[in-house]
Amino acid sequence: MTTPPKPGEFYQRDRRWHPPALSQDYKTSVTRSPRLPLISLENTASEITGPVFGHKDIDPADNDLLRNFAKPGESPIGERIIVHGRVLDENARPVPNTLVEIWQANASGRYRHKKDTYLGALDPNFGGCGRTLTDAEGNYCFRTVKPGAYPWRNWVNDWRPAHIHVSVFGTGFAQRLITQLYFEGDPLIARCPIVNTIPDPAAVEMLIARMDMNATIPLDTIAYRFNIVLRGRRSTLFENRLEGN
Amino acid sequence: MGQKLEYLKETPSQTAGPYVHIGLAPGAAGFEIYEQELGWDMAGPNAKGEPIRVEGVVLDSTGAPVKDVLLEAWQANAEGVYAHPEHIGEVEDGFRGWGRVITDFETGEWGFDTVKPGPVTGRNGQMMAPHINLWIVARGINVGLNTRLYFEDEAEANAADPVINLIEWESRRQTLIARRCERGGQPVYRFDIRLQGDGETVFFDI
Repeated sequence: MTTPPKPGEFYQRDRRWHPPALSQDYKTSVTRSPRLPLISLENTASEITGPVFGHKDIDPADNDLLRNFAKPGESPIGERIIVHGRVLDENARPVPNTLVEIWQANASGRYRHKKDTYLGALDPNFGGCGRTLTDAEGNYCFRTVKPGAYPWRNWVNDWRPAHIHVSVFGTGFAQRLITQLYFEGDPLIARCPIVNTIPDPAAVEMLIARMDMNATIPLDTIAYRFNIVLRGRRSTLFENRLEGN
Repeated sequence: MGQKLEYLKETPSQTAGPYVHIGLAPGAAGFEIYEQELGWDMAGPNAKGEPIRVEGVVLDSTGAPVKDVLLEAWQANAEGVYAHPEHIGEVEDGFRGWGRVITDFETGEWGFDTVKPGPVTGRNGQMMAPHINLWIVARGINVGLNTRLYFEDEAEANAADPVINLIEWESRRQTLIARRCERGGQPVYRFDIRLQGDGETVFFDI
């Protein structure tokens, strides 16, 4: 019997690529950002392991936001879109069978949330959340409507670009990630204080979904492609143990 | 410049925002949509070990409770085994060791029921004291914060814990120790998290 390759720790998270905890222009971060340095921890079993989800946890239709809250025979209002892509790790390997959860405002920029009081109308046929497991190649796919931009209290005239919140697990608790997906061509992206918490423009590019005409369904639904990259893991090249790759 | 290393960069993090509940706990946002929400049952019906409750509040730098936090917890079972294929050992049927809780919109209080985890073997075979790994996201938190909850009544194991001992400032180690009390005969551990300022909780870059 051959021993499978033994991956080790996750690569260190590049903290200069991620937003810093404190970003003055995103005002809420000012009182919610630790001031003392994070303590760097070499991974143990507590970080390398993480929850495992299966098809018993979710319903296959949970990824269809056009249907998962709509009354029978009705649909939400808005541009019908597909959001699809792959979950990969930094080694460019697919992350199979991992849970991807999304949430978003409806086409008028209103969230179905008891704390959202924006003027934009609620859509009786739109809940605004979905979830799915990636397949063996790391692929995932959602059907939804394109969310609207909406104003938020930061400076008095701040507007969030159209966005979808995305939560991903990976295989270890150290890979846990929440981010936001933006749409190609949106002029609000460059003005957004939340987008601009990310210092490197190349990192922001990773959050912008591209229109994907090849995945578009003619006369039906326009597609956007959004790949997600989670932390990769070392191979145990030089360890006392000889197994590994 | 030499050859190109063909690694990808990690997708950068963005805040979970104030409406994280819609995606991860829609019942709390005010609507029913999924057959089952995930993360409300950490230990399952067959878990061995001591049933416990963990409670706390997350405070900002002004001392105000943060009322739109979502926390996820990840822990081993009472034998120190994680419910994960790479961890050697068995867990009880139905034990997941992962939980997801949100704070009360009025008070900022959060809490979950679980069993007390056992010690877990750490790096180089060193034993880690019983602990629960926590991940905290909210509006205003740009990258989810990782910390660990240790137990007050494990003083000896805590003193030998290799992770606690990484914290150079001994006074800060106390921020990771949950205080034990009893309510109705059940042990309750109190774990308040301070995001910034006096008594700032130790957060880890894992």
